[in-house]
Amino acid sequence: MESNDAQPAARPLLVLARWFDPSVAIAFGCIVMLLLLGSLYSPSFLSPEYLLQQLKVASFLGVIATGMMLVILLGQIDLSVPWVVALGGMMSSAIAGWGPVGEALAIPFGIGCGIGIGLLNGIGVAYLRIPSMIITLAMNAVVQGLMVLYTGGFSPQDSASAAMRFLATGFIIPNLPNSVLVWAAIGALTVFVLTRTTFGRAIYAIGNSERAAYLSGAPTQRVVMTTFAISGGLSAFAGVLLAGYASKAAQAMGDPYLLPAIAAVVLGGTSILGGRGTYLGTVAGVILITLLQSILSVMQIAEAGRQIIYGVVIIAMMLLYGRERSASNR
Amino acid sequence: MEALSTPLFRMEGISKRYGGVHALRDASLAVEAGRIHAILGENGAGKSTLIKIIAGVTAADSGRMLLNESEVTFASPAQASRAGIACVFQELSLIPDLTVADNIFISDPPRRFGLIDRGKQRQMAEAVLARAGAGDIHPMAQVRDLPLSRRQLVEIAKALARDPRMLILDEATSALTQSDVTKVFDVLKRLRKEGLALLYISHRMQEIAELADICTVFRNGRNVATYEAGTKSDNEVVELMIGREYRHVFPPKPLPVPADRVPVLTVNDLSWSDRLRNISFSVQAGEVVGLGGLDGQGQRELLLALFGVLRGVAGELRIDGNKVAVKGPNDAKAPKIGMALIPEDRKTEGLMLPMSVRDNLSFAALQRISTAGMIDFAGERRLIAEMISLLAIRSSSNDQPVSALSGGNQQKVVIAKWLMVTPRIILLNDPTRGIDVGTKQELYKLLRRLAESGVAVVFYSTDYDELINCCNRVLVLFDGSVISELAGEGITDRALVASALSIGTNSAAKTREAR
Amino acid sequence: MKDWRFLVREQRGTLIAVALFLVMFTIYVSYHPAGFTLNVVTTASNKGVLLAFVAMAQTLVVVTAGIDLSLGMIFVLTNCLASWLVAGSPLETAFGVVAVLAAGLVCGMINGLIVIYGRLQPIVTTIATGAIYFGIALLLRPVPGGEVNQDLADALTGKLFGRVPASLVVLLAVVVVIWIPFRRSLTGRAAYATGSSEAAAYMSGVPIRRARFVAYSLAGLLAGIGGLFLTFFTYSGEASAANGNTYTLYSIAAVVLGGVSLFGGVGSAIGAIFGAFVFRTIGDLLFVFDLEPLWQPLFQGMVLLLAVCLGAFRLLQIRNRLDYFG
Repeated sequence: MESNDAQPAARPLLVLARWFDPSVAIAFGCIVMLLLLGSLYSPSFLSPEYLLQQLKVASFLGVIATGMMLVILLGQIDLSVPWVVALGGMMSSAIAGWGPVGEALAIPFGIGCGIGIGLLNGIGVAYLRIPSMIITLAMNAVVQGLMVLYTGGFSPQDSASAAMRFLATGFIIPNLPNSVLVWAAIGALTVFVLTRTTFGRAIYAIGNSERAAYLSGAPTQRVVMTTFAISGGLSAFAGVLLAGYASKAAQAMGDPYLLPAIAAVVLGGTSILGGRGTYLGTVAGVILITLLQSILSVMQIAEAGRQIIYGVVIIAMMLLYGRERSASNR
Repeated sequence: MEALSTPLFRMEGISKRYGGVHALRDASLAVEAGRIHAILGENGAGKSTLIKIIAGVTAADSGRMLLNESEVTFASPAQASRAGIACVFQELSLIPDLTVADNIFISDPPRRFGLIDRGKQRQMAEAVLARAGAGDIHPMAQVRDLPLSRRQLVEIAKALARDPRMLILDEATSALTQSDVTKVFDVLKRLRKEGLALLYISHRMQEIAELADICTVFRNGRNVATYEAGTKSDNEVVELMIGREYRHVFPPKPLPVPADRVPVLTVNDLSWSDRLRNISFSVQAGEVVGLGGLDGQGQRELLLALFGVLRGVAGELRIDGNKVAVKGPNDAKAPKIGMALIPEDRKTEGLMLPMSVRDNLSFAALQRISTAGMIDFAGERRLIAEMISLLAIRSSSNDQPVSALSGGNQQKVVIAKWLMVTPRIILLNDPTRGIDVGTKQELYKLLRRLAESGVAVVFYSTDYDELINCCNRVLVLFDGSVISELAGEGITDRALVASALSIGTNSAAKTREAR
Repeated sequence: MKDWRFLVREQRGTLIAVALFLVMFTIYVSYHPAGFTLNVVTTASNKGVLLAFVAMAQTLVVVTAGIDLSLGMIFVLTNCLASWLVAGSPLETAFGVVAVLAAGLVCGMINGLIVIYGRLQPIVTTIATGAIYFGIALLLRPVPGGEVNQDLADALTGKLFGRVPASLVVLLAVVVVIWIPFRRSLTGRAAYATGSSEAAAYMSGVPIRRARFVAYSLAGLLAGIGGLFLTFFTYSGEASAANGNTYTLYSIAAVVLGGVSLFGGVGSAIGAIFGAFVFRTIGDLLFVFDLEPLWQPLFQGMVLLLAVCLGAFRLLQIRNRLDYFG
């Protein structure tokens, strides 16, 4: 789109600069470095099959990290991810067992349950002003309690519907897994919302200064509540996909996703204090985390090493980027 | 006591800048032991900054301080306290969840085996509370449960507990009842006899007349006069406080607005908490109504109340004669009401600093330039361009963060952002604070243009010159009520200062005792 | 007489937790088939003290208006460490105990250093350090196992002189040796002052950084004591992420139930201990009323949720909406 602007060269450069803040560039740099390191170990690291496989694995985390990013942009956090993921997987699989109607409703019902929990989180944060960390932690415990009660503490026997399996493992476009398409669609929608809508602007504004956003007449409480609902819905959606991927839901299936989701968002340059960050960065963070996991497991570094490396990487990155605005370090 | 004693504390050539604004320029002060030294000055004369520097809360940019003729620097309040300087701050430094005794001995409690000796601390607290004239406060009460006036006495006791050589009281009596004031004065007089140096900042002329031995007047960050108490009349003091170095060029004074139309904004009997008391006034289209008075007499709360930010506001609000309920900024900016507020602190309340100029400008008016929640980028660009040229906002690009702009341009962004919603009523909360002279003049012209186009303006300013030159009428607030209304040629320096200080003017015979 | 009322006002949260516990425990033992016997009390106390230690730890940090989400992982890490070190001859065992407690302390100090000097948010910092501590625990115990000095373990989890549950005595000793000196020290009061109003604390010349550092460090130490005790109960070490997360979560619940304000400045570790007991008794009550144990997680989650929602009542007092934004 060419325009007769006064500085035709400067404008795209500026736009590029806004998208490519240093942390995003570094995240992409790390991805390239990891791939090169991996290819020294085994040339198959650069093969299209391996890369597509990684994208497929990344897509589940990507969907969760999308919701997490929106919440973090507000300057909040959503710690209810683990059991909302499980909730999405279990509820959709449960409904799928109810004949053809159940088959059809499985996916929306699973997501709907997540939105419901997210909504409760949002009401707690926006209207009752309970710190998001606390209410989402408590909500996680409640959902866990509900699911334990429902499943009797064992992995549920219901299996995922055909649609769920197709969404997670099928191919509409040959060789491109559907889950990657799902992530791409959600990502595109998120970019649209963040850059083109009043809702997206309000999210950034609240993250920068909720006080100023409120005094500007933005419906801050409604935006916060809705964002938590979206995050809950996306976590549950990831649960639906994971259940489709494994053909059924499992206890604690969401546990390995909380920390990587936060890490991906933070590594992608989104400020943990809110208000700053791009979706491109989150994409980079998700891929980076996935590659890191993959390489660590290829190099046969155990879960222990992975946990330690996560922790160290998150703290190191935050020390690099997170300090400038942390005047009040609460 | 010797007649020509050397001062206990001296400061020389003290300057302090905040951004582009000089809060203090080359100020000096000498405080002697055994005397009560009063500091007077208008809003923004530099008194608060002076206190903060002496107490170690902020550091001066240049100049030196001497205590007993040896140079001292204070990096923190704790250091000043150790040197024997205790300060009773205007904004309280008490910790709400601790007990009175804990608060009084917060930094240096009595200890036994390294642990705080609560029994002894309690006895000592009782003694020092009695010394501060607050023997009726229980040392085990939690500060949170005490009313404001009691807390202020605890604050004084806390300062005394450090056994200071110099005690600073910054508006320390503002929340006290008359009987408490009498008690505190007795205490201060006794401390003077004990040889303490006392630095007393107050806006209340009667108190200064009763208490002070020596007075220093500050104006525009400088000490302009020091005189023995009782050697100048109230009028002379007011004259010293308002004399100005330069005057801004203001647009011509507004013509009176005919009062026969239905006012755009009518306020009846507005009250809130104990900060606003039965305020009634109205504003016509095209009229600029100023809010005057000393800082912190309820002007800010009044603007917030009108904008729907405060909860539990009693009274009635009418727009075009129709009763309305404003439940928040979102309501207030709706076209039916059409209100805009330029808030007090542009950095935290007016702007999202790290966000771009563009995002900040269009944020309040997003509803106007979007359909179904989707922003019309072309419309946004058009409107922004319009505003940037209307207000002559200088920025290298609309994509740069608003934090990169100068203070004056930032304030223009705040105003432009609200003009984009085409308000009919604009509330301004001290919009020229910390802004360069050139931008100020542009803002005055803008204000006049807006009024001429039929906007009703409510304008709070701490600069009396602005009230005099920009307003059709000025309401002077004192302690949450309107104590006098000045109009047209009646808005003068003298009238503003006199009624703000609540000393003998026409209708302003109200004093604290009346309550 | 008047003093007494002020003390009650100051310790209100703690007293409510104590009362709540007494009521619940009375109901529990009166419905328990065995009734009020030493065995019942010892079992209850052994179940309660683990959470009580972690809740005490959480109290220290929460009082400064911070939070430590790594405490559960420190608990697990010290458990795994103890399953290696606290064994063998009395001397070796003693060395092991000291090493385990030192490890807890160091974990807490690392948290404190990063939060205070790195100026990072406590939430994310402690989530990340929690991952590191858990990783180390996994390195130590890839599969559950190990051993512990059984004599010591049995002594500390049994009955002292055949009359008093030993775990309660240890808890009391920890309160006397760690909590009370902290509470009565200048640093401890600085921690309360910092949590109550950091600005006022600064104006009053309170050592804010030292207070926060000591709070995080001692929290690590207390979580370490908890981990050590876990080893005495299980005779082994296990790097269980679920266990760590559960203890972190329950410590927050216990703190809230114990009358400690999550906004800082209010509450006491004594309250948190009773909060922990209350939380444990909920599970026991479900047991004596023959409810399926499956209800327990939900029940505990609901109690936690209700407890945090109680804090919302302070909103009713706010009259300027700008105060919502702190």
